[in-house]
Amino acid sequence: MTPPQRQRRYPNGQPPPPPPQPGQKKNPERLFVVAGKDGAERAEFDLVTLIVASADPPPSAAPEQAALLRLCTTPLSVAELSAYLSLPFSAMTVLLTDLLTADLVTARAPIVRQAVADRSLLEAVMHGLQRL
Amino acid sequence: MDFKGSDTIPGPRTEDQLPHTAEAAVKIVIVGGFGVGKTTMVGSVSEIRPLTTEETMTQAGIGVDDNFGSDTKTATTVAMDFGRISITDQLVLYLFGTPGQERFWFLWNGLFEGALGAVVLIDTRRLEVSFDVIGRLEERGVPFVVAVNSFPDAPRYGIDDLRAALDLDEEIPIVECDVRRRASSRDVLMTLMHFLHSLAVSGALR
Repeated sequence: MTPPQRQRRYPNGQPPPPPPQPGQKKNPERLFVVAGKDGAERAEFDLVTLIVASADPPPSAAPEQAALLRLCTTPLSVAELSAYLSLPFSAMTVLLTDLLTADLVTARAPIVRQAVADRSLLEAVMHGLQRL
Repeated sequence: MDFKGSDTIPGPRTEDQLPHTAEAAVKIVIVGGFGVGKTTMVGSVSEIRPLTTEETMTQAGIGVDDNFGSDTKTATTVAMDFGRISITDQLVLYLFGTPGQERFWFLWNGLFEGALGAVVLIDTRRLEVSFDVIGRLEERGVPFVVAVNSFPDAPRYGIDDLRAALDLDEEIPIVECDVRRRASSRDVLMTLMHFLHSLAVSGALR
């Protein structure tokens, strides 16, 4: 039996366009924008940016802010917060930007793919997976 | 009106909480067609019950081929299941299972750009579903491996036939797996990590 055949997009062996370089700020395909208050600038959150509450919820906190602050007394990714609070990722980032601005949370940036990967990082992940 | 909802918001169980020492996270994306077993794979290796993050795709985010010319604003909810593996006290790995259609990918910041790599999960009954995904990963320069989820009634092809059919370069690993089994899913992830490691070694030598 012969499986169906994929057609390469670059059949002549032409290289695909280079991937976006790290540090290049704007992804032109990112059309989905949610503006904060007055179009205030949003911090860049990744799905796996770890969020940690740095203070108890102030009395003035909105209910969803207070809920978020109680959730992340230990580190939680933006994705987990989105899941537990049943809020879309974009809404989470708006909420988190406010909390970050108010110094109520801190954000721990993820480690993203580099042009040449950090071998010690990859080895650490392998060791972790081996223990599964 | 009393707001009582916050008391009932589910959070991580105590045993699911990350230690305060968790400094940073990395992610791996599992991509494949509907029903290919992405969520099963996430669930079989995750230390937490798989969770779901959703995003609402409004008209601006929908490809023009979908509702071009439509005046009404429509919103589609796209869900993505994910799981977590603590690597060390400092490092956490997240696994995201995402649909193959590229129009969903930009809903989440840097889903692929920031990922260490990707697993393309395929079902030999619907091999064509993965063609587009593979092309897009190649275009974006996202390193990936191909994992064949062995469904009992699926046609079985040799690895060489699959490599030819998918037009994959020689160095790209293809592995068979049963994503219901933790060890098998773990081995797929290990294959990806070994592949990334080999890329890092050859990249450093260049």
